[in-house]
Amino acid sequence: MGKSTRLAFGETIAQLGELYPQIVVLDADLSKSTMSNLFAKKFPDRFFEMGIQEANMIGISAGLALSGKVSYACSFACFIAGRYDTIRVSVAYNKANVRIIGTHAGIGIGEDGTTQMGLEDISLMRSLPNFSVCQPCDEIETRELIKYSVTHNGPMYIRLTRQNLDDIFDDNYKFEFGKGVQLSDGNDAVIFATGSLVSEALKASKILKQKGINLRVINIHTIKPIDKEIIIKSARECGLIFTAEDHNIIGGLGSAVAEVLSENYPAKIIRIGLPDVFGESGTPEALYKKYGFDAESLAVKIESSLKK
Amino acid sequence: MYTHKELQRIANELRIDIIKAISRAKSGHPGGSLSAIDIIVYLFFNEIKRTKENALDPDRDRFVLSKGHGVPALYSVFARLGLITNEELMNLRVLGSRTQGHPSYTDLPFVESSTGSLGQGLSVAIGIALAGKLDKKDYRVYCMIGDGEMQEGQIWEALLSAPKFNLDNLCVILDYNKSQIDGYVKDVMNLEPIKEKLIAFNWNVLEIDGHNFAEIEKAINQSKTIKQKPSFIIAHTVKGKGVSFMEDKVDWHGKAPNEKETELALQELKKLLDING
Repeated sequence: MGKSTRLAFGETIAQLGELYPQIVVLDADLSKSTMSNLFAKKFPDRFFEMGIQEANMIGISAGLALSGKVSYACSFACFIAGRYDTIRVSVAYNKANVRIIGTHAGIGIGEDGTTQMGLEDISLMRSLPNFSVCQPCDEIETRELIKYSVTHNGPMYIRLTRQNLDDIFDDNYKFEFGKGVQLSDGNDAVIFATGSLVSEALKASKILKQKGINLRVINIHTIKPIDKEIIIKSARECGLIFTAEDHNIIGGLGSAVAEVLSENYPAKIIRIGLPDVFGESGTPEALYKKYGFDAESLAVKIESSLKK
Repeated sequence: MYTHKELQRIANELRIDIIKAISRAKSGHPGGSLSAIDIIVYLFFNEIKRTKENALDPDRDRFVLSKGHGVPALYSVFARLGLITNEELMNLRVLGSRTQGHPSYTDLPFVESSTGSLGQGLSVAIGIALAGKLDKKDYRVYCMIGDGEMQEGQIWEALLSAPKFNLDNLCVILDYNKSQIDGYVKDVMNLEPIKEKLIAFNWNVLEIDGHNFAEIEKAINQSKTIKQKPSFIIAHTVKGKGVSFMEDKVDWHGKAPNEKETELALQELKKLLDING
């Protein structure tokens, strides 16, 4: 098991602080959880502790960005995305170079339960003009994404996990903004996965391989702007299409893929995500099993769908 | 530097432009534009000293209009300074114009930030002031908020935070015209006692007549001498100031005058110019 993507973020931003004096980081009393405290320790002058004031933090981040800084505003995904109108006007409409860092994404946070889970954040951020939406799937992808984010022009939403994730990439990985990454070959079915569900999808492909089913796994780290090309190509080449995300089934990756295909290559899509419900408390493993997010459940779902 | 008499004349001339622009647009917010214009004129002409040349200078003093609906007042100043054309001012709210109904930063960067969703501009102004401190720049940040706007929760978050960061380069001006869309502020959601609240929040608080240039000048100058603390000027103003039938009338918050009302308003404002020379 590798690191959580929030830890990878904290370590990377603390490193980048030396290289890029324009980086500033803000947090709303969760720096020990978002891991922005790693930056705070090294660069106390460029770290702003905002207390529990997410809306004000977002507005101040925008003001800093409009004055030449690149602002990383950090909190739990649910709390920060919840200050939607401030993100809409002060960040998106201003086209400010703010990076909204939403950690503790999905039911994967486990025991803390629904009010601490970011479950609708991709949907919200995706519908804001000027915004890009990214979700890395492991430590190395997070590191490369955060490096990229410093010089990106325009606002970004970056969604990170509380829980540790398997390592998928090695040091040779080259992050390409807006491009999907094919992780396994196969034409029987394709699964577009993002964030914590990428490694589950990969493990599912190994289970299915033993049964003679070849599953193509595609990692979508940039949900907006989405890689239309890889989606259309895979839909053409593969029998069945799945999407998988630890997020409400409405408005997230599944919707983004459906939007692309319905206009370019109409095809049946099976979306895996939270079926328009809130989460609940439990261990991450128990929750992933209950909602069908673990590798075993994904494999069963794909196999049974192929038989239909 | 302009004399107070010259500033008064400019403000009254711009009142005419504001009425003309809103009347042509057939929508907009005359009440809060007319209450704010004297303070905005003072800041742009005698304090910020905005010119075409320094309009985007990284070292410029900034003015953020958090009460974005008062933007006709700001556009009228921009036009007078040559930052936009008079035609653009008169094309307020017209499709394709940079003079959007509420300030749009990507259309017109001189507004410093898009505003209009109330409660947000003050946080942005604090961010600009923080950046100034970080970069060791001498610029000052002025931010005008509305009284109705002060009911927003985000304003109180911002009011808590600016003193924490010792932002003596920040000066907030409250355009306290006492009314908002649904009625008088004291009835809709009373703010008083404002001064005591802000003193308790560790602000340097001043209270003035927002239509008196001597008082505006004195307060702005005093705010610049205070170290380690942000300043907050409670500017008592009259909604619709300068047009008798609009003054202190809630109904003129967000309504354009019709042709006849426009004519009457312009007559009154022209008379003001004659009286004041």
